[in-house]
Amino acid sequence: MSESNNALARAPRDDTAPDGLGVQLAAMPLRAMLTIRGDFADAGFVSAVEAVSGCTMPDVRKATFAGNNSLLWMSPDELMLFGDYAKADDLVAALNEKAAGSHMLAVNVSDARAVFKVSGAKARYALAKGAPVDFAQGSFGTGDLRRTRIATVATGIVMTAEDPDTFEVFCFRSYGTYLWNWLISACDENALSDLG
Amino acid sequence: MLLIHCPCCGVEAEETEFAAGGEAHIHRPGPDCSDAEWATYLFDRKNPRGVHLERWRHAFGCGKWFHMARHTYTLEVYGVYQADELTPPQAILDRIAERTSA
Amino acid sequence: MTRLAEGGALIDRTKPVSFKFDGKTYQGFAGDTLASAMLANGVKLVGRSYKYHRPRGVVTSGPEEPNALVNLGSGPTHEPNVRMTQVPLFEGLEATSQNRFPSLNADIGVLNALASKLYPAGFYYKTFIHPRVAWKHLFEPVIRNIAGLGRAPSEADPDTYEHQYAFCDVLIAGGGAAGLLAARKAGEAGARVMLVEQTERLGGRMLVDDDAEIDGKSAVAWVAEQVIALEAMDNVTIRLNTCASAAYDHGYTMLYERRTDDRKGTGPRHRLWRVRTKQIIAATGMIERPIAFYGNDVPGVMLASAVRDYVKLWGVAPGRNTVVYTVGDDGYRTALSLHAAGHKLSAVLDVREDPVGMLVEQVRGAGIKVMPATGIGKVIGGKAGVTAIKTVSFATGKDDAPLDDSIPCDCVAMAGGWSPVVHLYSHSGGKVLWDAKLAMYRPDANFRPTDGSGEGFVHAAGGANGELQTQAVLKSAAEAASGALSSIGMTTDTSAPTVAAVAEQPMQPTWFTPTQGKASYGGKHFLDYQNDVTVADIRLAAREGYESVEHAKRYTTLGMATDQGKLSNINGHAILADALGKAMPEVGTTTFRPPYTPISMGSIAGREKGILFKPVRETVMHNWHAAQNAEFEPVGDWRRPYRYQQGNEAREPSIHREIARVREAVGLLDASTLGKIIVKGPDAGKFLNMMYTNMMSTLKPGKCRYGLMCNDNGFLMDDGVVARLDEDTFLCHTTSGGSDRVHAWMEEWLQTEWFDLKVYTANVTEQWAQFAVAGPNARKLLERFEGDTDLSGDALPFMGFTDGVLDGLPVRIFRISFSGELSFEIATPTSYGPALWEALMSKGEDLGVGPYGTEALHVLRAEKGFIVVGDETDGTVTPHDVGMSWAVSKKKEDFIGKRAMMRSDLTREGRKQLVGLLTTNPRRVLPDGAHAMSADGTRAIGHVTSTYYSPTLKRSIAMALIEDGQSMMGQTLTIGIDANSAAKAVVSSPVFYDEEGARQNV
Repeated sequence: MSESNNALARAPRDDTAPDGLGVQLAAMPLRAMLTIRGDFADAGFVSAVEAVSGCTMPDVRKATFAGNNSLLWMSPDELMLFGDYAKADDLVAALNEKAAGSHMLAVNVSDARAVFKVSGAKARYALAKGAPVDFAQGSFGTGDLRRTRIATVATGIVMTAEDPDTFEVFCFRSYGTYLWNWLISACDENALSDLG
Repeated sequence: MLLIHCPCCGVEAEETEFAAGGEAHIHRPGPDCSDAEWATYLFDRKNPRGVHLERWRHAFGCGKWFHMARHTYTLEVYGVYQADELTPPQAILDRIAERTSA
Repeated sequence: MTRLAEGGALIDRTKPVSFKFDGKTYQGFAGDTLASAMLANGVKLVGRSYKYHRPRGVVTSGPEEPNALVNLGSGPTHEPNVRMTQVPLFEGLEATSQNRFPSLNADIGVLNALASKLYPAGFYYKTFIHPRVAWKHLFEPVIRNIAGLGRAPSEADPDTYEHQYAFCDVLIAGGGAAGLLAARKAGEAGARVMLVEQTERLGGRMLVDDDAEIDGKSAVAWVAEQVIALEAMDNVTIRLNTCASAAYDHGYTMLYERRTDDRKGTGPRHRLWRVRTKQIIAATGMIERPIAFYGNDVPGVMLASAVRDYVKLWGVAPGRNTVVYTVGDDGYRTALSLHAAGHKLSAVLDVREDPVGMLVEQVRGAGIKVMPATGIGKVIGGKAGVTAIKTVSFATGKDDAPLDDSIPCDCVAMAGGWSPVVHLYSHSGGKVLWDAKLAMYRPDANFRPTDGSGEGFVHAAGGANGELQTQAVLKSAAEAASGALSSIGMTTDTSAPTVAAVAEQPMQPTWFTPTQGKASYGGKHFLDYQNDVTVADIRLAAREGYESVEHAKRYTTLGMATDQGKLSNINGHAILADALGKAMPEVGTTTFRPPYTPISMGSIAGREKGILFKPVRETVMHNWHAAQNAEFEPVGDWRRPYRYQQGNEAREPSIHREIARVREAVGLLDASTLGKIIVKGPDAGKFLNMMYTNMMSTLKPGKCRYGLMCNDNGFLMDDGVVARLDEDTFLCHTTSGGSDRVHAWMEEWLQTEWFDLKVYTANVTEQWAQFAVAGPNARKLLERFEGDTDLSGDALPFMGFTDGVLDGLPVRIFRISFSGELSFEIATPTSYGPALWEALMSKGEDLGVGPYGTEALHVLRAEKGFIVVGDETDGTVTPHDVGMSWAVSKKKEDFIGKRAMMRSDLTREGRKQLVGLLTTNPRRVLPDGAHAMSADGTRAIGHVTSTYYSPTLKRSIAMALIEDGQSMMGQTLTIGIDANSAAKAVVSSPVFYDEEGARQNV
């Protein structure tokens, strides 16, 4: 996939957040995303995933990080691998090769989701305006992952390794505009000033 | 609104993350069954005022189906167990017996 | 002015605030409520009652207020039924009275009152039943004009509202003495605590009834100490102006926070908290009860506790000359407050024969006349307020006690005893029991509301638990905290601060005076101020057989107004019990339902309004479509271009233009919305054989097959093209609205029924932008791209697919057609969609390329007789019904729907079958859903499922489901259009165009 074509790709949205927000909000550029399904008790499968991703196998509802890659526990038989956009097909091929002996599925879904970053001391309160999740310190920390809903949109929310107040929120791409607008509304500094 | 523990991803979350799937342990007969057996499979449900073994799916979460033993009136939850278990584990049966004996 | 020269703990006399009521400007102070400011301005008449339009004044100082309801704001910010007692005063506040016509002072609805003999309980039920026509044209318009509380706003609310999720171990509702102590104990034990208080202040009644000393300090000083301690705890969150509105199952609690009623653009106006707590401590206090006597609704008759609240908190004396009417010691506190503020008291009337004790003696010592065994027989006054009362002696023991002295006064303070606020305890099933001594329902600790583990999770504390004395209040709070904490594995001791307070004597429950009087004594004795329910109404209900409290409530409307009977229910039930000769517990009480006080509609909606009302899904081409003037239509959550408008082109010509383009040149359709599910594994073929009616395991890699999906009832639920990518991997297309549903359906079977199958699925719908390139010029257009993919009919035949590259873009090209034309569906990773689409548009300009929308798509497919699941099917239609038996495998042992299709109802004669309909008048387009009539015209035998004007065929076409339709070819049917007209149509094949499929197979 050539650079020129990538430049033509429609960004998830106009990624400039308006003024007056109580947190930092950004739409993230495309990244490699792989849906990986397999038997977590299958040593061959697990070692293939760890070798290709460089990440250690995450615990339940956790994400692990290694360089530009991160590996997310999505369900008892599903992982999500984040990495460099241009390497997605290579990652799929490498997984298929290394886990050839296992019943598994690895598929490139790098174009299927929108990702937003919400960061700042009030970020957890902004997300809790729509997600029925306890984001309090002590309940939700670095590397924690939660699949839930924001309003009625299915989302995944990860606290990244960057710092303890940075969340990445992802949803199916078609809901991106809606979720972006929702986040802008929920991150209004006036709706956060009296919280926390 | 119920608070439900998903046995598949360990989350304790509110009901809005889940989808109810009706009565559990319904046997799906093969294509050679009688009309009556098929009708039972399709239509006959217990609908008790009391203990109910039922199917739920963590629809907004890990996407997995599981079973829950619940009282339909008091909303007490006796336990959750995996979707591939054909009957409730003994511990849940014991819990039901203990809680409903009085 | 009735503002006192000094005092008023809550007001800031250095900050005057001006506001308007009914257009007139008034002054108050910062810290006032609208009610305290109106009283300070000497305004007694603030509203009219619902039924009789009687003049009414402020009765209470809090959320239980039944009378002082106003319209707040104007235009788009107008809000009806706002309780003046809960509106903090702000500069520029505008309020208007409601339920009056034409004005508050001269309300013609008061005629209702003159005719009140015509309006007994149940009057509406008895009177307006017959004749029916009169209801619509006479009764309803007249009643609507006069009745009603407030006026609904007519413009969209510009304010923002929101929801907020929160979690805690212990939620404490109420910031009075009990709540503060419980919060302190829970906080010190290390629990995550939320303490919420519906007013803007902590301390509850301690701020007013400060005659007790707690741990050697004044009550106010003790409160301050608790607040400082709580604010220092990181694990304790305090929210003021936040009412615990509801306690639902499993600790789900709804809080209603009023943030900025002054609408100064400072964020959400109201916030609805959705809290999941492990334990609730209901420290919600008590509400004082009024007493029913003749004239107890004249403006100036108030609750005694409210009178002293106004004196102490806002520096307002509601009257210059007050009479206290009490059933116990508590009313004496009001007398003492007024006396301390330098105001005159004509008398304290006490129903007890021999009132004694400290409070009584203090009042006597102040030179105030105490009248034992005396009640109010009559209030004299009108809309300007009370002018005097006449007393009635309880000593006579006679039914209609003669009226005794007349005592001039302008305010009557009623102290009828207290009722615990048991709402939170009761909302999710907690039971209450009757305490005859204190004449109150109090929480029954043996029947708490239970959580998911079956354990009680709501603990009543303080007044809410029925405790009247400060020492008992604090003890009860400590016990509630201990109980809540031990339920979550934490501990605290049950010690409570030591209270030094005056001893109080027992009260004497009194619901109605004269106690032995007839309900007709003098005039009306109000129980429910808001709904104008009187003692006589309840007694009438009892006489007419409405013995159940639930029936009596509905018959009389007792407690059914916006205040939900906060002042009236217990009194009403007591009157009912008395009338029936039963004890209170035998009569029972009505169910407490959330919310505790009305909450705004805006807070319920939260931020899900306007563009956030409902999620909308957009394809990657959405902006392009919009720029081309696409008219969008919803398909599931998706927005798809219905048609593209050129200039101000009407709908039909634009759709016909798009259809002609596909039939004659080449059109582009954004089909990205089609669901795409990867199914992979050694058992994938076996699994799909179960999911589809067709045989999928025999599909060759590189080939496509159109498949039907049924449920186990045998009814069609989805359809789509399945492509086999390799031996182990299939790509299943679903309908646009069906991707999530079908993916979930597959997972359901894999997880719950066939968990032995080695199959994994993944929903890759949004990974791909997918475009149909359809029309005779389609191949010509694609051959202009650089790439080595052979697109000839031999290399890529109909129902084949190939991976390839078009001008450097990775693509998968399917030879499938939903238009009946030569058609390629091209999928490319979503991000490349715009590049591919733009390239198709620019390279095909001379070939006549252009976009077509979903309506053109529908006409094109209808011309070909292709079904749409959801149009031709409605959840009761089988593949056989729509003539697709060819897609139902006879070889497979089982598939979902197979057994059901053998059921007698699905194999019987007379089922509706899909046919075409050709109207005898070719211009006549049948209405969607129109019914076909049986030959004798007596019944409907089927209905139109799709109907269009076909520009290709230059005539109307329709598809329909008709009983035994396949055997009726060539017959003419009558199709009902409306009540007076019908059309004729001939039954035909549903395939209207290119029946042999020559156009698509080239």
